[in-house]
Amino acid sequence: MKEVVVLSGKGGTGKTSIVGSFAATAESKVLADCDVDAADLHLLLSPKIKEEHEFWSGQVAFIDEEKCTQCGLCQDVCHFEAIEDFKVDPVSCEGCGFCYHVCPADAVTMNECLAGHWFIADTRYGSLAHAKLGIAQENSGKLVALVRQQAKLIAEKQGLDYIITDGPPGIGCPVISSLSGANLALLVTEPTLSGIHDLERVLGTCNHFGVPTLVCINKYDINDENTHQIESYCFSQGVQVASKIPFDNVVTKALVQGLPVVEYSRGRVAEEIERLWQVVAKALST
Amino acid sequence: MRRKHDKRMIISIASGKGGTGKTLVATSLALSLKEENKVQLLDCDVEEPNDHIFIKPDFGYQEKVSIPIPRVDKAKCTYCGKCAEVCAYNAIAVIKENVLVFPELCHGCGACSYLCPEAAISEEDREIGIVEIGSSQGIDFVHGKLNVGEMMAPPIIRQVKTHINPKSIVIIDVSPGTSCPVVESVKGSDFCLLVTEPTPFGLNDLILAVQVTRELNIPCGVILNRAGVGDGKVAEYCLKEGIPVLRVIPLDTEIAVLYSKGIPLVEGIPKWKEDFLHVFNKVKELVNERSSGTQRQGRNRED
Repeated sequence: MKEVVVLSGKGGTGKTSIVGSFAATAESKVLADCDVDAADLHLLLSPKIKEEHEFWSGQVAFIDEEKCTQCGLCQDVCHFEAIEDFKVDPVSCEGCGFCYHVCPADAVTMNECLAGHWFIADTRYGSLAHAKLGIAQENSGKLVALVRQQAKLIAEKQGLDYIITDGPPGIGCPVISSLSGANLALLVTEPTLSGIHDLERVLGTCNHFGVPTLVCINKYDINDENTHQIESYCFSQGVQVASKIPFDNVVTKALVQGLPVVEYSRGRVAEEIERLWQVVAKALST
Repeated sequence: MRRKHDKRMIISIASGKGGTGKTLVATSLALSLKEENKVQLLDCDVEEPNDHIFIKPDFGYQEKVSIPIPRVDKAKCTYCGKCAEVCAYNAIAVIKENVLVFPELCHGCGACSYLCPEAAISEEDREIGIVEIGSSQGIDFVHGKLNVGEMMAPPIIRQVKTHINPKSIVIIDVSPGTSCPVVESVKGSDFCLLVTEPTPFGLNDLILAVQVTRELNIPCGVILNRAGVGDGKVAEYCLKEGIPVLRVIPLDTEIAVLYSKGIPLVEGIPKWKEDFLHVFNKVKELVNERSSGTQRQGRNRED
């Protein structure tokens, strides 16, 4: 069993559209949506949820007004400026428990947080593990790890060849959590200066964690000069440009219909994404 | 001339979904306002900051962002295990006669060093990123950059925000998503502009972003980008929820090409400046209405 994670650094370069089309193209796979704070893959796959689970993670401090002697020690020690006027701001609290440990009046309790939900669903292309982080919650990295673990269990149980993971934008905690231990990262970029800048940082992150990479340039024809720059950069880094997908409104039209583009139309975008999956599958088999 | 009711204003630009045009809006808004106002632009998307590509600031100076991590003095340590017991992040472990620190897991809360009964733990700084401060064409500019391979964006965002100038109009460019980095960036804003696109992805993530602003009790308005392809559901949702759509930006090849070259929209097509000024004036009206509304409510309660 091999896992490919689709990342981009910059948001909105086309990760989810590509993963949705991979879902319709690849055989013997399970899907994982690891963009847990703004998950979108379900909008292309119309999943039927089979299992729903609560995700309890992290803690938040609570000060019992009646026991509190207003000594102020908790406020002094808190490194996150989360306590003001002897009240905890749950949004700022990182759940470290420092206040709980030092309070001389035992007025602080630490409460578990319901930080989100995770799901196992059936789609017309196979199983999907996905999740929804609670609004303004922390610990997205842990929820990402949980979704990947569930996808892996499904792949093992059903004897599947591939895990296809839709990753979050950025390079921080949830990205590192979706990346570590994957067999391959497919980096989707676009020929804009922002896209290039962000590609360099996400590639650096993959290199840091020792995950092999392929690059896909989406909407490559909106700026030929920048596309050329990405190709030279990838060459200099020893990274293969696996695909160049042309810009076409058909991608948005498919999305409005709630369909992966390969299912919606038979054009050059669909063909190119199907070809890209073959390249990815080949890279995974070596 | 500043009128009496003018207050400083912090406007954050967020979106839920990535790639909807936050950077375009943040940079164009800052450039449109700078002639008549003192403007500060903060790029709080510290994982993938892009505003500097468009603003091209001269960075005057740089600060390191560090978090305190524990250093154990083995001569004093009795391996009692208190540090591991109090650490909420499993960032320190005591195994027989050895103490292991996992710096990437440490949030820098300081509990272990304070609570060590032998005073064997001191704190040392570990760099996780930088903040750069500069200016360009009269705009004060600050951004943060998380070091590649590091997990935690919020400490960098907090440090960027320590540079907020209360005498400026402050524009904050936020990372995509709805979790801790977004909350850290948006917190304390007077208004949040949510940039979205008229697609099912755009709508799904807009709804999440609106929930974040409601959780934080910050008024919001929408900028609808790439209008023309897609559907009408974002507009329907905004109407139903009473969220003002403050500007529609069409799907336009010229705009896309300018963006790809790192040219701010209002520099490439100057007539957009007026539209962004209009957006700002509407935001100001909405903020003033709201604050006079709350004052009235407050007075009524006192009566």
